[in-house]
Amino acid sequence: MQLTVWTYEGPPHIGAMRVATAMTGLHYILHAPQGDTYADLLFTMIERRGQRPPVTYTTFEARDLGSDTAEIFKRAARDAVERFRPEAIIVGASCTAELIQDDPGGLARTLGLDVPVIPLELPSYSKKENWGASETFYRLVRGLARPSLRQKKSGGARPVCNILGPTALGFRHRDDVREITGLLAHCGVDVNIVAPLGATPSDLQFLPAADFNVVLYPEIAEAAARHLEKEFGQPYTRAIPIGVGATQDFVAEVCELAGIPMPDLSGYMSNLPWWSRSVDSNYLTGKRVFVFGDATHAIAAARVASEELAFTVVGLGTYSREFARPVREAATDYGIEALITDDYLEVEAAITALQPELILGTQMERHIAKRLGIPCAVISAPVHVQDFPARYAPQMGFEGANVLFDTWVHPLLMGLEEHLLGMFREDFEFHDEAGASHLGSHAAMPEEAPVATTESATPSLVWTHDAENELKKIPFFVRGKARRNTEAFARDQLLDTVTLDTLYDAKARYGR
Amino acid sequence: MTTLLPRAGVSKPGEVPASAPILRERGQREVFCGLTSIMWLHRKIQDAFFLIVGSRTCAHLMQSAAGVMIFAEPRFATAIIEERDLAGMADMNDELQRTVARLLERRPDIRLLFLVGSCPSEVIKLDLGRAAERLSQVHAPHVRILNYSGSGIETTFTQGEDACLASLVPGLPEAAPEAPSLLVVGALADVVEDQFARLFEQLGIANVGFLPGRKSGEMPSVGPNTRFMLAQPWLKDTARALEGRGAVHLPAPFPLGAEGTTAWLKAAADAWGISPARFASVTDMPRARATRSLQRYLPELSGKSLFCFPDSQIEIPLARFLSREVGMTLCEVGTPYLHSAHMRPELDLLGPDVQISEGQDVDRQLDRCRAVRPDVSVCGMGLANPLEREGLTTKWSIELVFTPIQGYDQAGDLAELIARPLMRKGRLAV
Repeated sequence: MQLTVWTYEGPPHIGAMRVATAMTGLHYILHAPQGDTYADLLFTMIERRGQRPPVTYTTFEARDLGSDTAEIFKRAARDAVERFRPEAIIVGASCTAELIQDDPGGLARTLGLDVPVIPLELPSYSKKENWGASETFYRLVRGLARPSLRQKKSGGARPVCNILGPTALGFRHRDDVREITGLLAHCGVDVNIVAPLGATPSDLQFLPAADFNVVLYPEIAEAAARHLEKEFGQPYTRAIPIGVGATQDFVAEVCELAGIPMPDLSGYMSNLPWWSRSVDSNYLTGKRVFVFGDATHAIAAARVASEELAFTVVGLGTYSREFARPVREAATDYGIEALITDDYLEVEAAITALQPELILGTQMERHIAKRLGIPCAVISAPVHVQDFPARYAPQMGFEGANVLFDTWVHPLLMGLEEHLLGMFREDFEFHDEAGASHLGSHAAMPEEAPVATTESATPSLVWTHDAENELKKIPFFVRGKARRNTEAFARDQLLDTVTLDTLYDAKARYGR
Repeated sequence: MTTLLPRAGVSKPGEVPASAPILRERGQREVFCGLTSIMWLHRKIQDAFFLIVGSRTCAHLMQSAAGVMIFAEPRFATAIIEERDLAGMADMNDELQRTVARLLERRPDIRLLFLVGSCPSEVIKLDLGRAAERLSQVHAPHVRILNYSGSGIETTFTQGEDACLASLVPGLPEAAPEAPSLLVVGALADVVEDQFARLFEQLGIANVGFLPGRKSGEMPSVGPNTRFMLAQPWLKDTARALEGRGAVHLPAPFPLGAEGTTAWLKAAADAWGISPARFASVTDMPRARATRSLQRYLPELSGKSLFCFPDSQIEIPLARFLSREVGMTLCEVGTPYLHSAHMRPELDLLGPDVQISEGQDVDRQLDRCRAVRPDVSVCGMGLANPLEREGLTTKWSIELVFTPIQGYDQAGDLAELIARPLMRKGRLAV
């Protein structure tokens, strides 16, 4: 048993729903009790979709158990096919139905339906949402892609690729697809099929017609891409175009797979390199940043933070256990150990201990950040209604890099403002609760709570009155770090009292 | 989708005599399970914690429903059953004991812990009753541990509150037999509770308790000299449990609107033998104020048609209020479950011509809704935006259980809740 307050991923059938809802002409018959329909609101409320997800829930009750739950499933499947006339259906069970073992796949096959039936086995008690989406997409691709539609490239034609991975309820998937489609066109590559988002089951037949696949979200599409590579010899991209450098890497990889020369990107570049080099951005140097999200977004964000904004990555982690290895590898590049966990409380403890100046995380970390008074930007699912902005806001490609610069820098204090806060601590309007002037009155909060935790971790250390007062003159947004550094220094020196001198000795050791 | 038992039939003779034939349907239900009522219960009882023993789906449900509604440190969590538990590699009772110990260590402020059963825990027949007993012994006297089921295979949305309150009844203190007491049952907003307490005091009714209490140590007492009133329409099992303790139910309409609140208070006043003059002197003024507060919404609501999808069981009292006090017409009033005895005073007021439906086959019900195109549809969050996209105006039903709407001084707020989407539609020019 796992004690869970908040969870990063839903159960695997939610992943299947994200695939089904992204597509048109596909219907999902889900063997499930009353109440599992809550999942509809993820799509209708959080993503603001104007249609119900194409899911039929069989809705069995306690009194049906042991009698005719299988019959309920069969009726639901027959009625759904008749009412919605889908091109294909996927069938499966939610966690409760898995326990009663009705075998939805087997039952659906006995019905003689006139549409393809793709059964899903999604183990609810060991797997999670992204795995469920990946498995569903893989099953669909395996079941529907037709080898006869693999064409030999005719000389002179523009190269063609598929874009794989975007789903419903994805973090900025809609905008990423638009941005990357534009980038590919600029490179001279046409897009054959985008899937699952916007594809029909019959579209999936034509996947083999492309020369190669672009995998935007490996958590969802890597399994399918590997299958297409093995069956049809289609190579797929490994570079994830998040950030300027990674987007250039992506363009290089695409051009190599397509057998075309690198395009001229000079008119197509992001503002990020210049924005980051302009003097105003000096204050960003060495900001300590904690990164957490799905593996793909976390790894990419750490690289952008480090290489393109000159932040210092002090924490990097993911809740995607399936992709722990690349995250661990990336973390070693920053000289840190990756945090691999789906326990929200562990992440909270790590952030509290590290006292970063910026958190790049999910909606969960935004919640933690709010409590600790640390600036935060969201870089990954799980998502919230705010992660579906009305405006165009991709994470990928060159426009995506612009979005990253703006959304990550915005929560921080502006350059000169930071200095003024540091110089004139005594100004009565510069009290700890007054955050950055452009962030509204509630943006920053005192950091005393986490400090209390720091203190309890080193109960033997005593701060003298003078040292404590001096610490209070340090601006609140770096005070937690100063206290942490000073105490680390004191422990290192085997001191049991922190004096004024200890404070400044530590400052000399650690710098700002 | 499926209609397993497509029965549109007349209910049994004598069952609900005042009403039109009730449409009973079975099929896909677009409703929450009983776990969802933890959303308000965990705030109502301030030192209680709700530990769902269930699956990742349960945890995800709570967070998704909460994510749209609240985002504060919750007093609920899920003990997620994993494969190793099911495979017998771990003893589930030991696991539960360990989980509860970890939880109580983290939250020493907790005095009352509910182990809440879910669909998976019910299907594998995990005996949470025995687990609660055993754990109570371990953690007594600091923490009391109770259990109930909020599973979707047994409960719909607000029935979770019913099951929770029913689990509290056996532990309620015994009321002194000589003094008559009044018990108000069903979670209400604190402000509404305070208003009702003042009204009962002015009427001269002493010994008024509210279930649930705001703290685990402040639960009301009950006994054979207790009469109880339901403040919420979903409390079937709790009522039965209270009757088991000797308490007597005072039937009444539910306290929505000026009329409903007056009739509800009158049931108590009559049982206490309060004179009509005194009743009038206490209620006339707030009642007139309630009626006045409705006036400003009449232009928006009067003559507009209403369609209620089943959700919380508040639909019938709501429809009664909206039809009788602000002049809306009723297309269909759906309820997930119809308790004919508790609803009889409401159905008597509603009259015989209203189409009531019980249960749901959501696709067929949507067909009916689209056919009549009501001015307002009250529905769950899964249906609201799709209906809006089709040009229909909706009100999320969940707000009706999350907003103070009972009593005289909330009558206007309730009308406003329904009027707001219509007013918004009138203002938007995009």
